[in-house]
Amino acid sequence: MPRPFQLADPKRARQLADAIAILAPPTTFKIVHVCGTHEMAIAQHGLRRMLPDTVEVLEGPGCPVCVTPTADIDAAVQIAEQGAILCTFGDMTRVPGTRLTLEGARSKGCDIRVVLSISEAEKLAHKTDRDVVFFAVGFETTTPMTAAVLLDDPPPNFSVLVSHKKIPEAMGVLLGLPGTNIGAYLAPGHVSTILGLGPYQEHLARFNIPVVVGGFEPLDILYAIALILRQVRDGKGFAENGYPRAVADEGNVAAQALIEMVFQSAEVGWRGIGNIPDSGMVLRSKFERFDARKRFDVKGETGDEKIPGCRCADVLTARAVPADCPLFGTRCTPLSPIGPCMVGTEGACSIWFRYGGRELP
Amino acid sequence: MSIENDRITPLHGAGGEMMGKLLAEHVLPRLQHAAPGRIDLNAMDDGATIDLPATGELVMTTDSHVVKPIFFPGGDIGTLAAAGTLNDLAVMGARPIAVSLAVIIEEDFPIADIDRIVASFAETLESADAAVICGDTKVMGRGEIDGIAINTTALGIADPAIGDADAQPGDVVLVTGTIGDHGMALLAAREEFHLETELVSDVASVWPMIAEILPLGGIHAMKDPTRGGLAAALNEMARKSGKCFEIDEQSIPLRSEVQGLSDLLGISPLTVANEGKAVVVVSPEVADRVLTTIQAHPLGKDAAIIGTVSETYPERVVLGTEVGGRRFLDMPLGDPVPRIC
Repeated sequence: MPRPFQLADPKRARQLADAIAILAPPTTFKIVHVCGTHEMAIAQHGLRRMLPDTVEVLEGPGCPVCVTPTADIDAAVQIAEQGAILCTFGDMTRVPGTRLTLEGARSKGCDIRVVLSISEAEKLAHKTDRDVVFFAVGFETTTPMTAAVLLDDPPPNFSVLVSHKKIPEAMGVLLGLPGTNIGAYLAPGHVSTILGLGPYQEHLARFNIPVVVGGFEPLDILYAIALILRQVRDGKGFAENGYPRAVADEGNVAAQALIEMVFQSAEVGWRGIGNIPDSGMVLRSKFERFDARKRFDVKGETGDEKIPGCRCADVLTARAVPADCPLFGTRCTPLSPIGPCMVGTEGACSIWFRYGGRELP
Repeated sequence: MSIENDRITPLHGAGGEMMGKLLAEHVLPRLQHAAPGRIDLNAMDDGATIDLPATGELVMTTDSHVVKPIFFPGGDIGTLAAAGTLNDLAVMGARPIAVSLAVIIEEDFPIADIDRIVASFAETLESADAAVICGDTKVMGRGEIDGIAINTTALGIADPAIGDADAQPGDVVLVTGTIGDHGMALLAAREEFHLETELVSDVASVWPMIAEILPLGGIHAMKDPTRGGLAAALNEMARKSGKCFEIDEQSIPLRSEVQGLSDLLGISPLTVANEGKAVVVVSPEVADRVLTTIQAHPLGKDAAIIGTVSETYPERVVLGTEVGGRRFLDMPLGDPVPRIC
């Protein structure tokens, strides 16, 4: 049954696919996107089947749950062990820490609550005298919401464990890693509504590769891929807006201001990549009183991030697709996930498993 | 011991006067359908009898039902228990003749709710012309069971029975109406999502509709796409027949509310339960007649042909997507969990 909003129109899709076929380079060209929602749309609509064999599209570090490092999970577990109510998105409860997952902590008696937003956690804090801590993960799309709640005078028993990350910085670092061979980026529409094109220009311009912001409907994605390949044909490489109906070139200035008021950049760890300068958020000193790391006793645990056989690190850096991993679909499935890319519903492995991404009919 | 009049107590399950009163006042009066044998429900004997049919095969099925919430938009656990079991018979091509009703109730359950549930159960049976001939009532302590659980067993007659394994290359696949209504209505009704929709469950007995297409012949396989949704039903039929089901996504009838909720929650409507639909695999010669017959029935007005059977990828379901892409549609894993970030 056709959707009211004709962004999956088969005729237009065919025209775009034809244009892509004409523009496609003769040798393998790798486009990386950094957004679980892009992967979901690509897999769900079978878009890879519409692309020429030489055009590869891979998910990089696009799932906030997947890139959250072991140390942050450990901090959340320790905070919960100290008696706070720890509020988190559902996916996070199954990501492995050094000793425990949050689910494991819950079965040992910790109070772990699954929420759908920071506001839900903040509301809970109003109703109890106990400490309520929100585990704030996510890229620039979710950071403004955390900022807005902290600016709106939350109750004194509320604090946040900040694990927000900045995607353009990671995109830059990825290009410098050996073996990534990234030809172009399909930049995330959600994040770009906040950021605009500026940060991509700032962090990626020196690499001279196409960076095209794409929306999430099938036609949006095909259109963005066509724009990327047009830049390639013309020997160009710049940040381009392929999603102008939602993204302004300057971004959402009000949301940027909220982030700026509450947070400052800091070096943080990414699972699978390591530490990246200026790629994360910490609270400004004015908001220190809401910092759960300061309110609770958080110690570093010496965790071994490596899970034997698991290739999540390669999947997160776009050096492998899920099907390249020996555990994918055999020992590692969404029902009993081993690596974080299978845990997070936005993770490439989870999406490939659920939407038949491993082979194309 | 004080006994409250409007709540279930352990005595209601103890087989004595209290239980007799509960059944006589709240259950039996609603279940007065024409019985298929000499000894019926009213006899309250140790068992009931069924007069054996002269021709055909006896088909038997059983199903236990728990649902949360117990009362949901478009039905309740009573409707679900009756429709679920009758539909299992219907997609075997079997006319229901007798049903059992076994209920396990938690202490303190409101008797008014029992009334509603029995009424829904009876109403759904009526639409299929089936009779309850035996039953059982048990009460468990508070916290030992969550509200109420119902088990129903049903017997039917088919001539002959239709399985779900005999799809042939060239066959046409059709569904009898919109997909995903029940699962999405229940998800939307769960309070943690704070959603308000007009969507109601499709829970209904499909037998009256199936009864009209059986005489047309050419039906090779049928299945009711309940848990796991259309995706699970198609995969099961593909695996058992060893054939490939090639489905055209755009032809699958979907309510716009279901599509919207699906986009919002990140859950495919093809993986959530239907409780008043059937997938029918028919030979191409009769496909149009089967379709128009179903469409003429009130339950089947949105019926549509959604694909064909081939030998391209044995045991697999291939989905031609709305936009013109293609992918495998695999067996869903388990209960869908909404996308979060």
